[in-house]
Amino acid sequence: MSSTSDRDAQGTGERTGLAALVFDSRARSLFFQVVLALAIIAMIVVAVQNAAANLAEQGREFGFDFFDRPSDIQILTTFGTWLVGYEAGQNSIFDVFLLSIANTLIVAVAGIFFATIWGFLLGIFRLSHNFVLNSFATFYVELLRNIPLLLQIFFWTAVLRIVAPSERGTYGTLIPGLLQFDAKGIYGPYPVPHDGFALTMYALVVGIIAAWGFGKYAAKQQDATGKQLPTFRVGLGLIIGLPVLMFLVTGRPMSIEWPNFVTEGPVFRRGFERGVGSYIAPEFMALFLALTTYTAAFIAEIVRAGIQAVPKGQSEASAALGLPDNLAMRKVILPQAFRVIVPPLTSQYLNLTKNSSLAAAIGYPELVAVFAGTTLNQVGRAIEIIAIVILVYLTISLLTSAFMNWFNNRVKLVER
Amino acid sequence: MQEHETDHWVRTHEAPRMDPPSSSVGPRAWLWKNIFASMADYSTPGKAVTSVMMLFMTVFSAYALVWMVWTMLDFALFSATFFDPEGLKRDACLVNPAGACWPFVQAKWYQFMFGFYPPEEVWRVKVAMAILGVGIAWLVFPLPHRGKVAAFMLIGFPILSYVLLNGMPVEDDGDLGHIFAGAWFPLVLAAAAFAAWFIANKGQFGDVGQAFAPALLMAAVVLGAWGMLPLVTMVIDLALGTEVVETNKWGGLTITLVVAIFGIVISLPVGMVLALGRRSNAPIIRYSSVIFIEVVRGIPLISVLFFASAMLPYFLEPGVDFNKLLRAMIGVVLFASAYMAEVIRGGLQAIPKGQYEGGMSLGLSYWQQMRLIIMPQALTTVIPGIVNTFIGLFKDTTLVLIISIFDLLGILSATLKDPEWSTPTTAYTGYLVIAMIYWVFCFGMSRYSVYMERKLDRGHR
Repeated sequence: MSSTSDRDAQGTGERTGLAALVFDSRARSLFFQVVLALAIIAMIVVAVQNAAANLAEQGREFGFDFFDRPSDIQILTTFGTWLVGYEAGQNSIFDVFLLSIANTLIVAVAGIFFATIWGFLLGIFRLSHNFVLNSFATFYVELLRNIPLLLQIFFWTAVLRIVAPSERGTYGTLIPGLLQFDAKGIYGPYPVPHDGFALTMYALVVGIIAAWGFGKYAAKQQDATGKQLPTFRVGLGLIIGLPVLMFLVTGRPMSIEWPNFVTEGPVFRRGFERGVGSYIAPEFMALFLALTTYTAAFIAEIVRAGIQAVPKGQSEASAALGLPDNLAMRKVILPQAFRVIVPPLTSQYLNLTKNSSLAAAIGYPELVAVFAGTTLNQVGRAIEIIAIVILVYLTISLLTSAFMNWFNNRVKLVER
Repeated sequence: MQEHETDHWVRTHEAPRMDPPSSSVGPRAWLWKNIFASMADYSTPGKAVTSVMMLFMTVFSAYALVWMVWTMLDFALFSATFFDPEGLKRDACLVNPAGACWPFVQAKWYQFMFGFYPPEEVWRVKVAMAILGVGIAWLVFPLPHRGKVAAFMLIGFPILSYVLLNGMPVEDDGDLGHIFAGAWFPLVLAAAAFAAWFIANKGQFGDVGQAFAPALLMAAVVLGAWGMLPLVTMVIDLALGTEVVETNKWGGLTITLVVAIFGIVISLPVGMVLALGRRSNAPIIRYSSVIFIEVVRGIPLISVLFFASAMLPYFLEPGVDFNKLLRAMIGVVLFASAYMAEVIRGGLQAIPKGQYEGGMSLGLSYWQQMRLIIMPQALTTVIPGIVNTFIGLFKDTTLVLIISIFDLLGILSATLKDPEWSTPTTAYTGYLVIAMIYWVFCFGMSRYSVYMERKLDRGHR
């Protein structure tokens, strides 16, 4: 800047009037803030006025009364429809809203659970000295994370369509005696609880609380005496053993409903009977497989970076203490790696949840597909519906962030 | 120890060099070290369990790897149909029901690249793509005048490619007067602003004038661009004589590149402004940046696109309706900017406070500090994050197909519905080709970021 020296020469003296105001950093900051605030307010006012004019022109009103209207759209049988008990024409649009959220959540939770396991495994593979594991993980990660997720969802949909037996009157077996499948989905046993099954659920809750209490007690004992109690085995025994015991004592109050494969009668009725046994739609499977395999590739990279961030001296020190490899991994390396892993892992979980909205392209009835898609076309309340969808996703994101922040604080390094 | 032997153990000539032990060289040693060593320890029950698990996982991985590679090769090469000389279409491919149907790709390649762009006008797209290819190659392989080429690619090329792809016909009656009529007023204003900036920058208007000099320069540039744009496009148009090709005829890789490049070029500066806004001391600026960034990052891209396609029209003046592609592009830019802002904020936070203080003590203004000291360092630190955002943006362009814009994946889905090519493997062939195109772009970007990171590393870490 050629003028810097001139300005320095002039800028040393006291300024008055306009100059004082222009060169006062607080006044400047205030000025720009007021300009920004006015611009935002003006934008909002114009947008609201335009929206009112547009709605008036189309003869529509703003409001959320459409929630009470009955919904007559057909929806694929999924977790959400099972939860709400959905039937076209019987339920309101609010029920559709609820079931679409349930569908979003179930695919997100299932995806997060399996993507975490698979991703951690792949991440450890990538660091392995074993050439086969290493190249498998590298190939997998570099292939999957450089291909758009939507394309992968289409791919899985096509795979499931090809794999399934297309002829009527035939089905394939996934797990002998347990899971069968045909072109319309996967069929399995459905547990029907009878009176008294609630006691087993109570026992499960008691078991979980008792296991948690025992864990606390064991940690205290270890701090005081240095003696380790078998927390894992006792906890497992409490969580599984207590409900099983209660189940047996109350006289096994549950029956299993098996899917019913009809081979006789009119052709269009053949195949698995609707509503008997449990059922997973192929749309769910395609979305779930795509989300899990895709996100696992990213989680693998995060895990690898996290473990590499632990200084080598840590594993050398644990070897010097005589810790075996798996114990060194569990007690020394992973707890430190977690501090690096948790924040990016959180954003991967959020990405997975948000990516579940790609179901709109294959017709799995989650929030965007069935609420912002079909229902919006039906009732035409674009502003209200999209605003609600945005709010729901924001809520899910904020809750997940809050939980992961809490977890992050627990594993965070406590410094002086 | 005996005295008379002390001179004997001093070696007087070099010992013969021995081969390394056979257990440490050769393929067997390599196999042992890289595969079998990890599953050979059965000394304790715990280690035996680990070894067996390693054995199991290794066998599984080897099988999966070989199976994946073999399936792909078999599908794409060994069992594939390559030619359809007689024009049999699907019947040619049904001969090899387990292999790829390459004639389908040959037949639809034009659509994959250009969508429904009229074939007699397609040279325009090809020219734009060629300029893009040369420009990117110029910047990737360090050729001279990189700065000028980069400036052209960032400012000139978008305008040029818009004129090329869309076309801007002059009115048929040959009356160019109204173009000049629309252009002279902003140009005069621009000249006035430029003159004012020139004088103010010399210090003629005192301190206050100098404080307003950057604003004057910016006004001159904006007004000048506003005035010049119709004139420039008119000149290009008169020279080329292009006809308008509506955006609904664009498609395939053309749309993917248009959306991706528009997103990349715009989201970086917008992201910088948002990142600076988030770190600003002024509460209104900070909170509006925070709210924008967090809201956009909290929702999926599809809902942003739905917002742009279904909700935005309500907020515009009644009767105003602008291009669907442009709305999708704005949606993609809004989305990518929020992520870019967070990446850049990470870079800004990594800059030691002394750098800001050093800038201040040199008497630099806020924008000078940012431009000359902070941003160059911050951006260099977060190159991997920026490129990752670009890669994510490139992959996310596929989502525009949900609001029925025919990008590369969208055009594939459309061509798959063609009954003349319906075979069991058409879909897989198409997915394979499109996946390879995306893969090449994304993998190329990630490799380039690794290279840049190494090249720009100043050894801070």
